[in-house]
Amino acid sequence: MHLILFLLFAGFCLAGAINLLLQSHPINSALSLVVVMTSLAVLYLLLGAEFLAAAQIIVYSGAIMVLFTFVVMLLNAGREERTLGSRAARAVGFPAVVVILGVLATLIVHAHGLGVASLSDAITSTEDLSRVLFRELLLPFEVTSILILIAILGAVALARHGDGETPTSEERTSPK
Amino acid sequence: MNSILSQEVPISWYLMLSAVLFSLGVLGFLIKRNLITVFMSIELMLNAVNLSFVTFAHQWHQVRGQIFVFFVMMVAAAEAAVGLAIIIAVFRARATLAVDRIDLMKL
Repeated sequence: MHLILFLLFAGFCLAGAINLLLQSHPINSALSLVVVMTSLAVLYLLLGAEFLAAAQIIVYSGAIMVLFTFVVMLLNAGREERTLGSRAARAVGFPAVVVILGVLATLIVHAHGLGVASLSDAITSTEDLSRVLFRELLLPFEVTSILILIAILGAVALARHGDGETPTSEERTSPK
Repeated sequence: MNSILSQEVPISWYLMLSAVLFSLGVLGFLIKRNLITVFMSIELMLNAVNLSFVTFAHQWHQVRGQIFVFFVMMVAAAEAAVGLAIIIAVFRARATLAVDRIDLMKL
């Protein structure tokens, strides 16, 4: 059962990631990314991380991807124009990708004692997770909440018009 | 049929999937020409690394690996909010999303 579920959702994952690269319209790429993230949530569940599976769906495929599709629609982003990109990306980037994948694959194939993953063993309950998080790692958790607060303020400050800026006539007449 | 149903998955397959997803993310970062899609490729890379973290947390029965993924998710959410706000500001100044045309730091 584990094997079948793994193959199915790993296939979804790879198909979504490849589709993200092939699509030329940003909204199609965003929807492919939703497929990738939801499949990853199932893989987390197979690995016994039930809290992370829920968080992955809520935070990633929910909140972050809604933000992405919202921005795509707000900016009315059309098809991207196909260019070959910079010369440096072709000369250095693509061989670098092949090298990264080759090195990682060699390391993984030659690693001993990795073992197997099965459904039954070691399901991490949310209780275990929160016990470690709130007893031993409370300071990083609080620091992250400050980071999120700063990010919200920064996003609002960046995305709105400047204070001293008077709206142009085009903006004044455009319907809100 | 029964042998397929009871079979377990090697840990290395999960790691290999994570490596392939990461490489696809790097590839997307290089070949995509739309600012939003480039940003999505970064999210794909973050997710690939998260899968590695969860896999190793499962292998060594460590809860901290999963907590690290939790922190990565929170930082990714903050990053998405700020990044998309920057994209909106850039679009307002330049009226384009093509990365080839956004080549000056000044507005």
